Amino acid sequence: MRTRADIRNFWLLASLAAAITAVGLGAAYYMAVHGHIVTGMNNEVVWGLPHVFAIFMIVAASGVLNVASVGTVFGQPVYKKRAPLAGLLSIALLTGGLMVLMLDLGRPDRVLIAATHFNFTSVFAWNVFLYSGMVAIVVVYLWTIFERGMDRYTKPVGLAVLVWRFVLTTGTGFIFAFLVARQAYQSALLAPLFIVLSLGWGQAVFLITQSAIFAWNGRVLDDAIRHRMARLLGIFIVAALYLVAVYYLTNLYYAKQVSFVRFILLDGGIYPLLFWGGYVLIGSVLPLLLLFHPKLSCARTTFAASALVVAGAFAFLYVFIVGGQAFPLEIFPGHVVSSSFGDGAIAAYVPRLPELLLGVGGLGAALLLTVVGLRAFNFMPQDDSVSAKS
Amino acid sequence: MKPETPTSARDADKSNRRGFLGVAAVGLAGILLAPGIRLIEVAQAAPSTGADPKVRWGMLIDSTKCRSGCTDCVTACNAEHGLPQNPKPTDAQWIRKIEIREIRTGRTQSLPVMCQHCAEPPCVDVCPTGASFKRADGIVLVDKHICIGCRYCMLACPYKARSFIHEPVTDQKPDAPRGKGTVESCTMCVHKVDRGEQPACVQACAAAGHNAIIFGNLNDPQSEIAQRVRNIQTSQLRADLKLDPSVRYHGI
Amino acid sequence: MRSLRKLSRAAQLWLLLVGAALLTGAALLLTADVQGATAGVPMPVIEPARGGQCVKDPDYMRRNHMHVLEHQAELAVHGGVRDPRLSLKTCIQCHASQVSRSVAATKTDFCISCHTFAAVQTSCFECHAHRPANASAFPPLVHPTTGTTAHLTRQVLALDAQTPSAAPRP
Repeated sequence: MRTRADIRNFWLLASLAAAITAVGLGAAYYMAVHGHIVTGMNNEVVWGLPHVFAIFMIVAASGVLNVASVGTVFGQPVYKKRAPLAGLLSIALLTGGLMVLMLDLGRPDRVLIAATHFNFTSVFAWNVFLYSGMVAIVVVYLWTIFERGMDRYTKPVGLAVLVWRFVLTTGTGFIFAFLVARQAYQSALLAPLFIVLSLGWGQAVFLITQSAIFAWNGRVLDDAIRHRMARLLGIFIVAALYLVAVYYLTNLYYAKQVSFVRFILLDGGIYPLLFWGGYVLIGSVLPLLLLFHPKLSCARTTFAASALVVAGAFAFLYVFIVGGQAFPLEIFPGHVVSSSFGDGAIAAYVPRLPELLLGVGGLGAALLLTVVGLRAFNFMPQDDSVSAKS
Repeated sequence: MKPETPTSARDADKSNRRGFLGVAAVGLAGILLAPGIRLIEVAQAAPSTGADPKVRWGMLIDSTKCRSGCTDCVTACNAEHGLPQNPKPTDAQWIRKIEIREIRTGRTQSLPVMCQHCAEPPCVDVCPTGASFKRADGIVLVDKHICIGCRYCMLACPYKARSFIHEPVTDQKPDAPRGKGTVESCTMCVHKVDRGEQPACVQACAAAGHNAIIFGNLNDPQSEIAQRVRNIQTSQLRADLKLDPSVRYHGI
Repeated sequence: MRSLRKLSRAAQLWLLLVGAALLTGAALLLTADVQGATAGVPMPVIEPARGGQCVKDPDYMRRNHMHVLEHQAELAVHGGVRDPRLSLKTCIQCHASQVSRSVAATKTDFCISCHTFAAVQTSCFECHAHRPANASAFPPLVHPTTGTTAHLTRQVLALDAQTPSAAPRP
């Protein structure tokens, strides 16, 4: 039974999310009218903060479906009950991420052209189908779960969702892997790296949302379930750390890549700071401690660990996307170069308010969709050992 | 996007010859649209035949003739296309002079770098809408009608040849349409090449007497550029990427 | 009034709808002027272009100029086929206003006035120059003091070419 406080709180939260989204849309309009000169982006760093937000959301959208896959495809009953919520989060995050991506275009009024003109050697063109298809297939998946008598189709559709999201996340990695000339990218390893990152980020987002929902409804999550999910998050963090380490260690082995690795890991200023402090320490080591240490592991620290993983994700993406562009292209190997166009120089990028607001607006859209979806449908995980508010 | 053959436009025009200016030629001969351009000439002009796939336009830059600090080619390009002469980091630069110094030997060199018009352009591969494309005669262009401004091509280019237009543009040159939110780069002065002229940078360098850049058809064994690249040592930038650019350099 | 209340609910609603439609129609008719434009929307100013008809007759051009331009853009940009008659630059040469030297600088210029009337947004001039190349050295075909294109009109009529822009406006 919904109390008046419940109803009021819902409307408050939904309004807040809508307001954040509206501010983001306003920022996008401002950027579209005045051009990207109002952002910190330039001809060297062409993808900035909006892309950091958007790629986080898209990768997390794919990863959060892992909760559903573990349930549906691998048959874990605890996860099976969480599949609907995972589906909702996936759609919400994907929508938010795509909103930011499309609004950051130089000509967002021409986004329809992206849907009518295709160059299929481009991963971006494939992504138009992969992303929209993802939403569609998750909707079908949710329908097989909710609709009476359709649950015999849940497993095959769930398998299709699994395959589709692997292709989608591989595609996200390919966006960067296909950039042959950039020292930061040009690596096949990026595809599996993004898959593993998505698993961790998706699990973290799911845990955060689950904690919030349970707290909102005055329920307590069974500790065994929490522990199980926390452990899985820990495994994903370790796996991601492993692949990131492999990536940088292999790069160090190539003499021509050494200067770039030095820049990211040692003397690039903000980038090593964000990488070591943000991604490794705050985003990986500290959460591992909170998740696995026997004395520290509890509901609150699991929530904190998940939040730290998300913060670490943003730090990683900032280093990956912006740092990768800030390092100059090597057109003349073995030479020191200078020009009027920034050749040979580390590019400067200082994010400005409109792009930050656009990125946050995307998060707001995801929140709005989640809140409304939770109110409209029964996404709440119903565990057998449910205890009332203590 | 494949270019359509021009015959359909001509056929449609044929049936409308009656009401067309061509019929009433004599009286309109005097009508002047602008100095040197009479309406009659426009009326009777035939469409050009289009980009020829047998041609491959290229440039040869002799960097030994490039003086450090000389920017004649850059100035000419900026003037031709209405680009800012003193660009900020967000302004477009289609061609720039790069000063290089070899780390081990200390040898210095100065040379202009622009879109290399690769035979296997990575910018064309990554463009989601097909706006970045290679013409039949090898010139790589951006079709700004379908460019959505995603900037993916800017990330893909090994030569940092592309620029993004960060603010609204006014006072464009009629031959160089450019506007906010699209990506652009050196067009090898395609509007001049199609008229049988040479790119502005080539003309300016020759006019100033440096003769560091020559332009021509790489596929024509008799052209000056083809003979030069056959006789002297030339190289391509980032040849290891195997993109086969149309711009070749001597002296680096 | 009592007889109206005797009607069924459906009939009452239908009557209400028809009445509203009639009132709206009457209001529109009363406020419209004879030429069909509603008050407040200025008819497009079609400054006569020099040279008479160029590509096709004005009726065809009014409906299809966007397709002509699109097709020509595709041919020119991707194919390198440049047709001087269909080039946007040539259109602008003739259609540029003698006063503003442009097709899109002021409200009464050729492209803007019609597009404002039709409420169709264009983005052409976000990229394309809206002035001819040699705007500074424009030989006026409009008489410098009377501002009429009488001389041109006589020429065109003498050639028996159909050009409504030369015909006297109603």
